[in-house]
Amino acid sequence: MKIEFVLNEKKQVIQVDPVSRLLDILREDFELTSVKEGCGEGECGACVVLMDGKAVNSCLIPAGNIEGRHILTLEGFCKTERYKIIEESFLKAGSVQCGFCTPGIVMSTESLLRENPQPNDNEIRDALSGNLCRCTGYNMIFEGIKLAAERGKGLW
Amino acid sequence: MNKFTIIGKSEKKIDSLSLATGASKFVDDFDLDDPIYLALLYSPYAHAEIVNIDDSQARRLPGVVDVFYYKNVKPILHTTAGQGFPEPSPYDTVLFDTKMRFVGDRVAMVAAESRDIAAEALKLIKVEYKVLEPLFDPEKAMTAGAPILHGPDRFTPIGAKYEPDKNLAAEVEIGFGDLKKGEKEADFIIDQAYKAHYGSHCAQEPHAAISYFDEMGRLVVVSTTQVPFHVRRIVSKVCEFPLSKIRVIKPRIGGGFGGKQEVFLEQLVALTSIKHKRPAKIVLSRKEVFQNSRTRHPIRVRLRTGVKNDGEITFLEMDSLLNSGAYGTHALTVLSNCGAKVLPLFNKIENLHFLGRSVYTNLPVGGAYRGYGATQGYFALNQQLDMIARKLDVDLLDYIKKNHIRVGETSQVFKALGEGKEGITQYINSCKLDECIDIGAREIGWYEKRGKRIANGDKVRGLGCAVAMQGSGIPLVDMGAAYMKINDDGSFNLDIGATDIGTGSDTILAQIVAEVLGVSLEKIIVLSSDTDRTPFDVGAYASSTTYVSGGAVKKCAEKIREQILDVAAKMLATEKSNLELAGGQVKNLINGKSITLGEIAEYALYSENQFQIQAGASQFVEQSPPPFIAQFVEIEVDKRTGKVDVLKFVSAVDCGQAINPQLAEGQVDGAVVNGICYALTEQYKFSANGNLLTKHFRDYKIWTAADMPEIKSIVVESYEASGPFGAKSVAEIGINCPMPAIANAIYDAVGVRLFEAPFTPAKVYREMKRAGKL
Repeated sequence: MKIEFVLNEKKQVIQVDPVSRLLDILREDFELTSVKEGCGEGECGACVVLMDGKAVNSCLIPAGNIEGRHILTLEGFCKTERYKIIEESFLKAGSVQCGFCTPGIVMSTESLLRENPQPNDNEIRDALSGNLCRCTGYNMIFEGIKLAAERGKGLW
Repeated sequence: MNKFTIIGKSEKKIDSLSLATGASKFVDDFDLDDPIYLALLYSPYAHAEIVNIDDSQARRLPGVVDVFYYKNVKPILHTTAGQGFPEPSPYDTVLFDTKMRFVGDRVAMVAAESRDIAAEALKLIKVEYKVLEPLFDPEKAMTAGAPILHGPDRFTPIGAKYEPDKNLAAEVEIGFGDLKKGEKEADFIIDQAYKAHYGSHCAQEPHAAISYFDEMGRLVVVSTTQVPFHVRRIVSKVCEFPLSKIRVIKPRIGGGFGGKQEVFLEQLVALTSIKHKRPAKIVLSRKEVFQNSRTRHPIRVRLRTGVKNDGEITFLEMDSLLNSGAYGTHALTVLSNCGAKVLPLFNKIENLHFLGRSVYTNLPVGGAYRGYGATQGYFALNQQLDMIARKLDVDLLDYIKKNHIRVGETSQVFKALGEGKEGITQYINSCKLDECIDIGAREIGWYEKRGKRIANGDKVRGLGCAVAMQGSGIPLVDMGAAYMKINDDGSFNLDIGATDIGTGSDTILAQIVAEVLGVSLEKIIVLSSDTDRTPFDVGAYASSTTYVSGGAVKKCAEKIREQILDVAAKMLATEKSNLELAGGQVKNLINGKSITLGEIAEYALYSENQFQIQAGASQFVEQSPPPFIAQFVEIEVDKRTGKVDVLKFVSAVDCGQAINPQLAEGQVDGAVVNGICYALTEQYKFSANGNLLTKHFRDYKIWTAADMPEIKSIVVESYEASGPFGAKSVAEIGINCPMPAIANAIYDAVGVRLFEAPFTPAKVYREMKRAGKL
């Protein structure tokens, strides 16, 4: 079926099986490989992208559901000033170890800060609870997000 | 005070920017030209003979390229353990066997034009099985009449004890002193069995491999590996393809934790590419990672200790039974480490005996996992110590301090027990365990809260502590090498076999070079883990990279330094001894004249008697200096439900000089959380016929951000003279103590002991009920 949607601020029209996964469309048709597959079951958050500004697991979104939606992946987001703040903060705080979960965590952070620019510790934990990380033990990711909220005051 | 310029500084990980933007390529991100996709068919039976396979229907499906199984793949015995050669693990594996040894063993592989076609074709393969009686209980593996998993053709290439006709995958026995004498001297004996369970590494990136022929006709394998050089060797052997025609590349890796020390997908893509002259690709699903890759070996440790009323341990007897699962990968070395990395910590014991046996069962396959047997051994030892201290009515921390190994001391265990063979005598050069204990105790509030059983409604608080050591590489086995050259502008290429799997080893190795050469980190261009382009390294395991590969890198940089100074001496017309190399330039200390590294490089490359400033170095180690750790936990047990909540976890670690403190702390943080989840929520559950039931993150619970307690990891620096700039290892040790510390805390809170992990609410509740503590 023909589907129209906006991907990283650009309108796209694709011919696709309506039950194919958004994750596969992004990775295979658009070569947006920041979107990772860690489990394919909506449990790890490595494939998180923003759909109309909300964090979703792209492995659980069938193509039919993206009609008319705005999809934002890290490839699109990383051109923004807000991304730069997150990047600097993550690097400073040591939030990145292996980096496989990082794109999803960056997108969840953006989603959180859009809704709540000054989150407290519990709000950060809740917002990140859909993104598994086995390397860091989350500590330095929390620090990175706090730093981003602090440094990016007024941006969100 | 930091006497270094760049060592001891939390420099940003050199790959973190490209990781953060998502630009870094992981194996699954590589673009292949018209690849063949691979999918595996797995045994539904725990123990069975394949009578026949009919692949005709599958082959007729359009888009199916090939079906591989025992009839068309040569059975070459090997081990999938990515270890040094000859591997200490038994050769008990072939690519496609006629006998199935666990639910999830490999039956066949489909190669097809798409993932969907491959998955569809799997359903069309007809397999006729003769189902055999399965063996699930490791305690029964060696009893008469037990089902036998492996035939007499299996063997061990290092000649270790191996008796497949008794399901014995490995055995280790050492001892000294006289147990009987120790028994007589004891005022009391504690004899207890402890059970550590299966665990999955849960690296967020699933295992994957791709292969293709490059324009020169060489086979390139790109895989999620911790051991690229072992991959090349094993692929060459199993595929009967010349090693010189194989190039293995490790790209960015999404975590390993030991799971990617296993070479079990690379053969499959290589086999396909060799046969069909096309690129091939396989990516495991999360389910496959849980069931069909590798796990932490469950080990039952029985510990008998005799103790005098003054606290002296008169004897120690450890009997470890390791459940190796269907294959013996790492069965000998994990087993050895259960004693070798644990028993030397309490080195005053004069009468000691260690017996370890690894047995086959029809369950998932064990393998390397962060901690590597030490985790299981320390689970037993630390609870036993807590019981002894309580019986003696002394403070656990005082008791540990009185008995642990110290600087200048050795343990007979070092020599008696190595990794699968005899070890080597070692003396401790650096140990700040006492400081770690004091700092950790202060941070957790040990003396204020221990034994107080502070209640909050139905919830009761408790404190626990556990201590451990690990190693830094495998002495007399591990080797890492480095190659370096200078470029026109005074930058340097650093080519290393060492394997960064997300730990930051590329960064800390570059820091070592930058320190030696007095340059900033940006001047070091790191290329790691490419078997064509970098020198050999055993890979990322055994906590070896900082100590072993770091030693090679330091040596190499020192050779470069000498060459730089030679050229500079000529350029400045002075003696080398008058020169100082710092801040990217060489200065003549007599007249203050200086030249930049760029000028020196240009002179060497273009001016006269041209030559390349370059060097290579290898590091082979005869010691494995242990890092030390003290870990503390405060928990709360809900007496209504048995649920254990962790309130705060503190680690204080002596890893020598931390090359990069933030990365060191990150290693400990990650290991701690993995250890806590392993103790409380991570669990393999099986159906009665051996089918794994916990194959999803929803069933196999690793903690999310929302579950996190307060975690504090403190680096207590010491100086290990034999390590690069005083460094020891830090990657594994942090996972050793969460489980025993929590067990000790549960006792502190509610007075029951949990000898079998994980400590689920049901188990804790049952124990409280049984002990009348409700």
